[in-house]
Amino acid sequence: MSLTKNKISYSLAINQALIQLIKSDGSIVLLGQGVKSPWYVGNTSRDLVKRFGEKRVIDTPVSENAVTGIGLGLALAGSRAVVVHPRMDFMLYAMDPIINQAANWNYMYGGGIKVPLVIWGIINRGGEQGAQHSQALYGIFSHIPGLKVVMPSNPYDAKGLMISAVYDNNPVIFIDDRWLYNLEQEVPEEIYRVPIGKAEIKREGKDITIVSASYMLNESLKASDELNKKGIYPEVIDLKTIKPLDADLILKSVKKTGRLLIADASWKSFGVSSEISALVSENALSSLKAPVKRLCLYDAPAPASSQLEKAYYLTKDDIIREVKNILK
Amino acid sequence: MKKSDLIKFYKQMLLIRRFEEKTGELILKGEIKTPCHLCIGQEAVAVGVCSALDKQDYVFSNHRGHGHYLAKGGDIKKLMAEIFCKETGCSYGRGGSMHIIAREQGFMGSAPIVAGTVSLALGAALALKIKMEKRVSVSFFGDGATGEGVLYESLNFSALKKLPLIFVCENNLYSTHLPIRECRPDIGIFKIAQPFGIKAFQIDGNDVLKIYETAKKAKKMCLVSKGPVFIECLTYRQSGHVGPNDRIQSENKDIRPKREVEAWKKKDPVKRIRNLIIDKKVLESQKLEKIEKEIEKEVEEAYKFAKSSPICKKEEINKYVFNQE
Repeated sequence: MSLTKNKISYSLAINQALIQLIKSDGSIVLLGQGVKSPWYVGNTSRDLVKRFGEKRVIDTPVSENAVTGIGLGLALAGSRAVVVHPRMDFMLYAMDPIINQAANWNYMYGGGIKVPLVIWGIINRGGEQGAQHSQALYGIFSHIPGLKVVMPSNPYDAKGLMISAVYDNNPVIFIDDRWLYNLEQEVPEEIYRVPIGKAEIKREGKDITIVSASYMLNESLKASDELNKKGIYPEVIDLKTIKPLDADLILKSVKKTGRLLIADASWKSFGVSSEISALVSENALSSLKAPVKRLCLYDAPAPASSQLEKAYYLTKDDIIREVKNILK
Repeated sequence: MKKSDLIKFYKQMLLIRRFEEKTGELILKGEIKTPCHLCIGQEAVAVGVCSALDKQDYVFSNHRGHGHYLAKGGDIKKLMAEIFCKETGCSYGRGGSMHIIAREQGFMGSAPIVAGTVSLALGAALALKIKMEKRVSVSFFGDGATGEGVLYESLNFSALKKLPLIFVCENNLYSTHLPIRECRPDIGIFKIAQPFGIKAFQIDGNDVLKIYETAKKAKKMCLVSKGPVFIECLTYRQSGHVGPNDRIQSENKDIRPKREVEAWKKKDPVKRIRNLIIDKKVLESQKLEKIEKEIEKEVEEAYKFAKSSPICKKEEINKYVFNQE
């Protein structure tokens, strides 16, 4: 099938996915705080209320716990629901409906129950917002059996993964990052899916494997391009889905390169980077020519001060430095 | 009230009573291990409310859910098998007493996180409203749930969107061990709905006829966009918080005054409807005894089914983590 392409931003790719989904399937409902607002969820929900009305696109009071449970109730009653949390820090109010309820619902009644629920949390860091407006909490959700967690790094995947998440019959945590919202790319105009559970090699290489996702993947690509000029060829993997993790692709790459750097823009301890490191030590230890390295945030809350923010967040330069250290 | 309704109510309430008594007996014998929150003394609420509903109406329930399940038409054998955590249970042995379901009867699931299913009932009601279907959604919860913030979020949202939803609070005066006067400054729970403009009733939760009438009225209101409706049913659990009595966990753990328990037993909802049937000469006691024997037989058969059912297979431990469809 040949697809018509349009160059659009990451946030408008999500917007396009939502428009096409809601238009094509009468059972889809979007709800959450700010879907009517011009700023809360960026322009991801642009014109949705105007196009589809307040029955299908519901702006809600700040009641994250109830609203997420309502999303689950909609899903159990045959709708496909997307609940948006414009700052994922507020999503912590919804831990009960996400973890106790949605994640367990199919298992605890012995299967056969569809839970077509997308819980969409936006990471909203930077800009001196401080500890409670900056957290990247995907590690918590990845720990929970019954949840899928996706984190697109570019407009193409953002649209395709949102569509896959909506059509999945399990609860999917869709996490994007405001730092990606202006990133532009050619995206097919049609509805298409990016499979959940599949990672992708974005740069083929031989010297080291760099694993990352979302915003950090783009830093890894920039780092890789610069390293190429110095004769170093990293293999860069975009996880796209955190859970279920594409273990096969990671292991295959590490067995080829013999080295692994995990660049993960969240906390180091007990997180996604720990899981990937454990995966490799359990299954590919003998292939390693150097110890696995992890480049993560400090185990500290996000600071407000922009000077401290610069020290806190990771960039391509940190990746380049770390790769050179490993290859020394 | 039709005579046949009275008999139907009595049969359903007695079925729940005998089921729960049998369950309690099996707990004491050690045959049942899953924690069971028995609803002995509260049968009128389940039967009164569910009798006012149709099969297509949704019910979401809590930890004390056996009565709701049976009153909504759930299969008794599958329920007992689930309590035995067997493969033939309504949740294939994965749920136990606290996670039961009968979706084919509109019983959408029970779960024990206090107030945890209230918002789910809202979501189902919202789905009905969006699809403009003439059905309602019911949320059963206890007085303990009034300590949870999500209940107030749910009252606000459901009133804001005028959802076809009936909140049914079974006020049995105790939140696990803690008496209601130690949980709330004002024990009149129905009042919490009023600031949201929700029509609220406080009724005798041991009077099945009153509950049925109120639930019917509530459903009618919901169907003409006058929902949600809040019903507080004043009742009492005659058994322990978990298990047949609170002594099974160790010596003499029932903190409730003996006189209080005895006083409520005099208001027993099952005896009340039975006496009414005799007083009104709906059926003579001989015929009632025949019905009672049949119900005992039904419970006994459920027990036999559960006991003789196969256990879950170890190799299927991961089977239902994700829906593969």
